[in-house]
Amino acid sequence: MKTLFLAFGLLTAGPGFAQQVAVIKFPELQKRLARPTDTTYVVNFWATWCAPCVKELPNFEQLRTANAGQKVKVLLVSMDYASQLGKKVKPFVKQRGLKSEVVLLNESDPNNFIDKVDPKWSGALPFTLIFNNKNKQRLTFEKELSRAELDAALQKVRK
Amino acid sequence: MKKLLPFLTLCFALVLSGFVGRPTADGYQVGDKATDFKLKNVDGNMVSLADNKAAKGYIVVFTCNTCPFAKAYESRIIALNTKYAPLGYPVVAINPNDPAVAPGDSYADMQKKKYAFPYLVDESQQVAKTYGATRTPHLYVLTRKGTDFVVSYIGAIDDNSEDPKLVKTKYVENAMTEILAGKPATTNSTKAIGCTIKWKRA
Repeated sequence: MKTLFLAFGLLTAGPGFAQQVAVIKFPELQKRLARPTDTTYVVNFWATWCAPCVKELPNFEQLRTANAGQKVKVLLVSMDYASQLGKKVKPFVKQRGLKSEVVLLNESDPNNFIDKVDPKWSGALPFTLIFNNKNKQRLTFEKELSRAELDAALQKVRK
Repeated sequence: MKKLLPFLTLCFALVLSGFVGRPTADGYQVGDKATDFKLKNVDGNMVSLADNKAAKGYIVVFTCNTCPFAKAYESRIIALNTKYAPLGYPVVAINPNDPAVAPGDSYADMQKKKYAFPYLVDESQQVAKTYGATRTPHLYVLTRKGTDFVVSYIGAIDDNSEDPKLVKTKYVENAMTEILAGKPATTNSTKAIGCTIKWKRA
């Protein structure tokens, strides 16, 4: 019985269903932020320990579904420690059923990258960056965003 | 003259609003003069920068009870006071969080902390806004210049929040070494990840 239970557990937790969380270094993120595409990026810096971040995450998920098939990309950048990947981040992503791409930024000294993400970011979480490199439009928010605020910001940047 | 007066009043108001608005919008930069405050300590007494006549300066830290990063840095903030209070730069901790948004950051919860330095409540959040603090922990080194206090360093404590043993650069200690030697800090502004200050809901 025990083995059957285990087998069932292994099947449902198969790699086909689990959302992947790639652990990346800053240069890789920087490359993605600099891509000269017509896609509008909505990049949210968050952490499992950040209450306002956790609260606003469903808004990003809804934004993604509402703009499915459009040139809109939601990227959730976890600022959790890499040591918490298996313990906290992956279980959280699974439990919340997050479908947007999640990456974990594994850098120990934020002073080396915060200004490079955006000089307007002081380092507080949550932080959201919405940009379209082709339009050269860019908005930043160092606060929790409502669904309406997110929609309005996206429309402004896509124009 | 009658026509000129409203115009002059407008000009004056614009100039005034410019002065009043600037620190609120952007906060302090290194080199700015920090205005004194009067905030309630956990022991019930009011604390101002001017109170401690022996202080050569202060290490002002916006921090709180609840933020995981503030918790991670708590022992390091205590260590800063242990090291720098005898050298004339005591720590002054200020909690700017609205307890309605962050339960656990109430005055009663603050009183559970028994620090050797003041732990003040910024109930109106005005001090945090004036300084331009955005997160906890967010640190400012002030240096006495006559009767004024000048901002000499803003930012992070060190470069590794997760593990003090893996710290490579102690940003604030490096700055303090230079400040204590009477020199401006080479790296006087750094950034760190932290929790947003829990501002009162409008």
